[in-house]
Amino acid sequence: MTTTTTTTTTVLDASGVTMRFGGLTAVRSVDLTVGSGEIVGLIGPNGAGKTTFFNCLTGLYIPTEGTVTYKGTVLPPKPHLVTQAGIARTFQNIRLFANMTVLENVLVGRHTRTKEGLWSALLRLPGFKKAEEESRDRAMELLEFTGLAAKADHLARNLPYGEQRKLEIARALASEPGLLLLDEPTAGMNPQETRATEELVFAIRDKGIAVLVIEHDIRFIMNLCDRVAVLVQGEKLVEGPAEVVQADERVIAAYLGTPFEGAPGKEELAEVEAAEAEAHSTTEGDAK
Amino acid sequence: MTTKTTNATATDTTKSAATAPTPIIPMPPAAARAAAVTGSVVALVGTFLAWTWTEEFPGNLTVTGYPGGLQVLTLISGALTALFALSGYGIRGLGWLTPGGTNSPTRLLALGVLGTTGYAMGAISSELGGLVNLEPGAWVSGIGALLAVIGALGLPADQGYDRDESPNLWGRIRHSLSAPEPGRAKELPSWAEILIIAAGFGIGLYVFSYGISTEYSELFIGFLITAGFGFTAIMRAGLIKQLSTLTAKHRNVTMAAAFVAAICFPFTQSNDQYALIGANILIFATVALGLNVVVGLAGLLDLGYVAFLGVGAYAAALVSGSPQSTIGVQFPFWAAVLTGAAASLIFGVVIGAPTLRLRGDYLAIVTLGFGEIFRITMNNLNGNSGPDVTNGSNGIPNIPDLELFGFNLGLPHNVLGTELTRSGNYYLLMLLFTAIVVLVFRRSAESRIGRAWVAIREDETAATAMGINGFRLKLLAFALGAALAGLAGTVQAHVSYSITPEQYQFAGSVPPNSAFLLAAVILGGMGTISGPLIGAALLYLIPAKLQFMQEYQLLLFGFALMLLMRFRPEGLVADRRKQLEFHETGQLDVPEDKPLPEGATGVAKAGA
Ligand SMILES: Nc1ncnc2c1ncn2[C@@H]1O[C@H](COP(=O)(O)OP(=O)(O)O)[C@@H](O)[C@H]1O
Ligand SMILES: [Mg+2]
Repeated sequence: MTTTTTTTTTVLDASGVTMRFGGLTAVRSVDLTVGSGEIVGLIGPNGAGKTTFFNCLTGLYIPTEGTVTYKGTVLPPKPHLVTQAGIARTFQNIRLFANMTVLENVLVGRHTRTKEGLWSALLRLPGFKKAEEESRDRAMELLEFTGLAAKADHLARNLPYGEQRKLEIARALASEPGLLLLDEPTAGMNPQETRATEELVFAIRDKGIAVLVIEHDIRFIMNLCDRVAVLVQGEKLVEGPAEVVQADERVIAAYLGTPFEGAPGKEELAEVEAAEAEAHSTTEGDAK
Repeated sequence: MTTKTTNATATDTTKSAATAPTPIIPMPPAAARAAAVTGSVVALVGTFLAWTWTEEFPGNLTVTGYPGGLQVLTLISGALTALFALSGYGIRGLGWLTPGGTNSPTRLLALGVLGTTGYAMGAISSELGGLVNLEPGAWVSGIGALLAVIGALGLPADQGYDRDESPNLWGRIRHSLSAPEPGRAKELPSWAEILIIAAGFGIGLYVFSYGISTEYSELFIGFLITAGFGFTAIMRAGLIKQLSTLTAKHRNVTMAAAFVAAICFPFTQSNDQYALIGANILIFATVALGLNVVVGLAGLLDLGYVAFLGVGAYAAALVSGSPQSTIGVQFPFWAAVLTGAAASLIFGVVIGAPTLRLRGDYLAIVTLGFGEIFRITMNNLNGNSGPDVTNGSNGIPNIPDLELFGFNLGLPHNVLGTELTRSGNYYLLMLLFTAIVVLVFRRSAESRIGRAWVAIREDETAATAMGINGFRLKLLAFALGAALAGLAGTVQAHVSYSITPEQYQFAGSVPPNSAFLLAAVILGGMGTISGPLIGAALLYLIPAKLQFMQEYQLLLFGFALMLLMRFRPEGLVADRRKQLEFHETGQLDVPEDKPLPEGATGVAKAGA
């Protein structure tokens, strides 16, 4: 929380973000900033609330409390407006448009950066063709950037797993974001693919896009991130340079599950669990 | 061309060496092929003999030397069977018939001959009372057909099994009717390819008009059997695939050819009744295509879509100058069209705005409800239970015929030496609207908006996370779909003279109703242009021609839909995206030279 960032401007500023599902508090008063040109890691055990936090940032969930500011403006909790403002994301469980081609997936990503409406399409107004061509060129550039250009005409669902993840990144980049949120981008990848993804993330940063990445692969985080925040049971436990965080015994404890000083007491844990169980049984229906 | 065939047989022997699919009826291939050829020729010869002794059976099958009625169908499918079986010999000049499978189309065609002939023999016996009514000619054709089928079933399969377990009899039969994908056709000069497309549409038009103008239901059933087997056969032979490669390459030519073929249709029909079927099919098909925007592109399940057709029709009827219209004004047609489309559009937005926040099943049920509400409201605006706007269940009768540019659509006209009937006139008017809807569908689908719709259909959450305003785009699809249906409704009001609330039901026996519209889209192929048009034509034509099974119509319809979903869930016409599954095999990867459909046309044109 008290890291001295060397960055000049703040891209993302989340303050006091809290998300409750019934009795379960999945994210509790989390503050996080991402500066321009930074790669920030977000780690934590499964169920810590990382994805939920992402959903709060991108407007998929309306946070119970707290605000999210992007480059100085408070974001409305509407996903399409968040994307329009300049935050793009990928999903932990790949959510491509499976029956669209690779190129079409990326073109959809350009939706907010193009203006041609229905009339323009129906009457093929003068700007239409030019805008379409421009979009295609930009999309092909991105496919080249991610190494998928040769498969532009394939259906997204026919790509191998690793390439589907890359395509998600390409699609997100198509919205010309200032901040990219990656939710476990290397899950299910082999070591070579993970290496390639590291290179890709660096290349994205070099384009001037800040990156906030959730990841379990600690090597990946160590290589990549300028700063790491640790989320445990919805709360931010530590934040700081990767080496510092890795050495922090509270983090190790959180991952390995050994008790530590200042750990929540037994009764507290039981309380949380009870609340969780209740939340599960009551919110099962509207979870999706 | 011959090399291609030998190639095909070569590959299939190597494959069958690995997995050895035995024919359904084991026999030497040479004997099997000889039997298939002989049988089909015998069946063909039989059609020149008398099949029965009395003209009581429709179509006059008593004449020797001149095939008529059902005999013609046996003749045609017999000839095709012989051709395909001969193509299996690698005979020069026939190779082009079978770029994909060779034996499976032969089998299908032989089954078609047996089906048509067998049906004819059965119909004669049952209608005239007993087998004694069959003359030797029928037996000749029947036995020939049987021989052809036996021979065809003895031919080896066109491809080996995918897996090495050996399937049961049903699995083997299905397998024996499957065929490998055709290779790439030889590159032809553009004009030749365009001629092939034109010929394709010419044949299509001929088959379609033949089906519409069948005069008795026996002939229509025979037609369905022949056409069904014949179409499947040429599909297995790989001809449809090659044709669709050509049509994808020359898309504008294809559109023009389809349009010209459709314009020709009323000139082939001197009978107003058949032209009316054509006009009604067009109305149905156009509305189905409009629904395809909503269901096929945006993925919104709308079970009350026919209401939009109704709104357009009512709006047009009210301003048509009908003496029973409560408004009593007469708008010029273009203004009536705009009124109808605008009324539908507004209705669409009013219904869509609150309901489109729902997803999936909920939306389906709410739209179903609104569809019924429309019908009931039209019933109740009768002066008793509400203000008198629509005359309640009496509807608005006496809608006057249109007069466009001094051309009265209600009267027959002589055009280029052929008589164009009233329904023919309306058919042509409706065709104009169909063309507009096709254009709207195509252009919107291939744009930023269309891609956003498909994205919403695929995954709405991901789509919104990509910056798409889900609600707005869904509303746009809903409103556009509504306006297109309203457009069709304005013509429908004039074609059918009068409109009543009962024409706009959820499910009924007369096709443009919500259930049949949805079925046309699903049967034909969601997200495609030709799919709903073909689906609508079939769904209208079959009940219209088989009046005797009116009572069982919904039952049979449900049954047919179940079979379809089991065996061809993607519909008759597969979406371009579904065709891309081709890539899974890696077949197209190497020679692929068309990055984008549009780009491809441009390249082809430049190269030509
Ligand atoms: N829509 C929801 N309704 C109820 N509980 C939820 C919902 N989304 C997430 N949760 C709960 O929030 C907690 C954090 O989940 P998540 O953010 O997916 O964890 P992580 O991504 O860190 O593994 C989990 O206990 C999960 O069950
Ligand atoms: Mg997660």
